[in-house]
Amino acid sequence: MAKIRLPKNSTVNQGKHHALPGPAKRKRVFKIYRWNPEGDSSPKLDSFEIDLDDCGFMVLDALIKIKNEIDSSLTFRRSCREGICGSCAMNIDGTNTLACTKPIEEIRSTVKIYPLPHLPVVKDLVPDLTHFYAQYESIKPWLQQQSVPSASRENLQSIDERQQLDGLYECILCACCSTSCPSYWWNSDRYLGPAILLQAYRWIADSRDEAVGKRLDELQDPFRLYRCHTIMNCTNTCPKHLNPGKAIAEIKKLIALRT
Amino acid sequence: MSILHRITGVVLAFGAILIAIWLSTVAYNPDLSNQIFEFLSGFLGRLFLFVWTLILFYHLCNGIRHLFWDSGKGFEIRQVYRSGWIAVTCSFVLTVVVWTVGYTACG
Repeated sequence: MAKIRLPKNSTVNQGKHHALPGPAKRKRVFKIYRWNPEGDSSPKLDSFEIDLDDCGFMVLDALIKIKNEIDSSLTFRRSCREGICGSCAMNIDGTNTLACTKPIEEIRSTVKIYPLPHLPVVKDLVPDLTHFYAQYESIKPWLQQQSVPSASRENLQSIDERQQLDGLYECILCACCSTSCPSYWWNSDRYLGPAILLQAYRWIADSRDEAVGKRLDELQDPFRLYRCHTIMNCTNTCPKHLNPGKAIAEIKKLIALRT
Repeated sequence: MSILHRITGVVLAFGAILIAIWLSTVAYNPDLSNQIFEFLSGFLGRLFLFVWTLILFYHLCNGIRHLFWDSGKGFEIRQVYRSGWIAVTCSFVLTVVVWTVGYTACG
């Protein structure tokens, strides 16, 4: 449940400044949110000066450079460095996106980096996604069939049926959309949020799935589905350019039209 | 725009109660009802009503936008921005039109 006042140790203070040792042609300042769970101290905003001539192209490259060369205690998740794993989702320059696919050049001045909003922070840029994953599990994200398919034959789909999954199956569950949604900020205890609802629709839209009715029954709930008010932050922020807003509208339509 | 829609909705709901109270004063307390009428005819009252008209039309236009969304249309980001600006522009235009018609008809 939301509280009006924040705990005392949650003001973000000015942190350490790490200056470049020498002059640089293309100097860029990175301001990064730091918080250590050990002790009661407030979060800090550390600033790091980086020479862009001596750094990779993407924000993740700069983060790795900082961790390697300046401050090894900087904590963040990363894995594939090509926008397919969703680990490095964070709030960069005010927008939730993947650090590995966000070019530094797209940001005009100081690069401000925060963890994904409205999630408990584990450390620095690492948010706690336990609840998010539990919500994902709650929609039963697997193929459900009553009729047992024959072992000798594949589960066939027509080209048209397969196309229904385009724009849905590409979701990497990075949580950028859900954590950009004001409804999810306020009601994440009961509202599933755009990422999970897009995933739910991915199974509803699958021609091979035989539990569509049950899935819709589960979603027909004032909170789970209908806390979506078409704010569209989700679609605006999605680093994979998917459209969770539209997927949610399709679920609402299916529920409204079924008899 | 979404949060404005909700705020204008709440304001309009309270407004409906105020109108109901005003209408009942016409029946129960004509003196008070005349005083309210005089306030609304003054500059402040008219400004209040003007803003109210704007709020009403904003909520109406954005509500129509929501109806399109409910039918599954207009979900591309470019369309979302365009329909948003159309709703804002229309609410201003409709407000000005209503007030121009009102002033030319009643002075």
